Amino acid sequence: MAKKPMEPFLWGLFSAGGVVAAFLIPVHLFLFGLAFPLGWLKPPSYASLHALLQHPLTRVYLFVLCSLPLFHWAHRFRYTLYDGLQIKHLNEVITVFCYGGAVAGTAFAGYLLWNLP
Amino acid sequence: MRTSEVNRTTEYTLYHPRWYRQRVSTYWWLWKWPYLKFVLRELSSVFVAYFVVLTLAQVRCLSAGPEAYAEFRQWMKNPFFLLLNGVSFIFVLLHTMTWFNLAPRAMVLRVRGARVPDAWIAGANYVAWLGVSGGVAWLLLR
Repeated sequence: MAKKPMEPFLWGLFSAGGVVAAFLIPVHLFLFGLAFPLGWLKPPSYASLHALLQHPLTRVYLFVLCSLPLFHWAHRFRYTLYDGLQIKHLNEVITVFCYGGAVAGTAFAGYLLWNLP
Repeated sequence: MRTSEVNRTTEYTLYHPRWYRQRVSTYWWLWKWPYLKFVLRELSSVFVAYFVVLTLAQVRCLSAGPEAYAEFRQWMKNPFFLLLNGVSFIFVLLHTMTWFNLAPRAMVLRVRGARVPDAWIAGANYVAWLGVSGGVAWLLLR
């Protein structure tokens, strides 16, 4: 298969995304998805969050937080469909959908964070 | 004996012969806990992707102005999103724990020839995780 040389690279992205997701997503999801909306903790004001977003480091951080976990998803989800649901006849479609989705998401994140006012 | 004679006597089947193979059910992973755990762990990636979409939407609203961001926060108070976020949080925790528990097998550390015990490597990951989470929370809550 011609695609094999890509495999270590894709696995590397999967692995890096897995580390980023494991370390960072729980705290973000807990705060913004549960603790703030449910009133367990006092949410930061719009002004302070907006100020935080102005910092270039925050943008780099958010870019990494969005991009690498998308590649983690792409790789894992691809093999979940392959092994779990045994959808093998759609292999090419699934590959394009997963990695294409990750590339598109990364491009969108880059565009959004680069062009922030 | 010439090669053409050899070829004439050798019969090749056009297709590979099929051997008996038991059909595996699509739901093979449902009936045994280790298999189910494996598939749930893999499915955690879907919630990881959901988190990314949510975060990008949040950044977009944040940059669009206070009204847009207030709307985003209102959305998060919707029971549907609260439920989705709760389920996602559980799946993301599953990812974190399985990831850290596998870390000792992904990287074998040796100190003076002796292998560092698995529990130490996993433990170091958990400690670092608490530190990083605390740092992020401090930045947002101070």
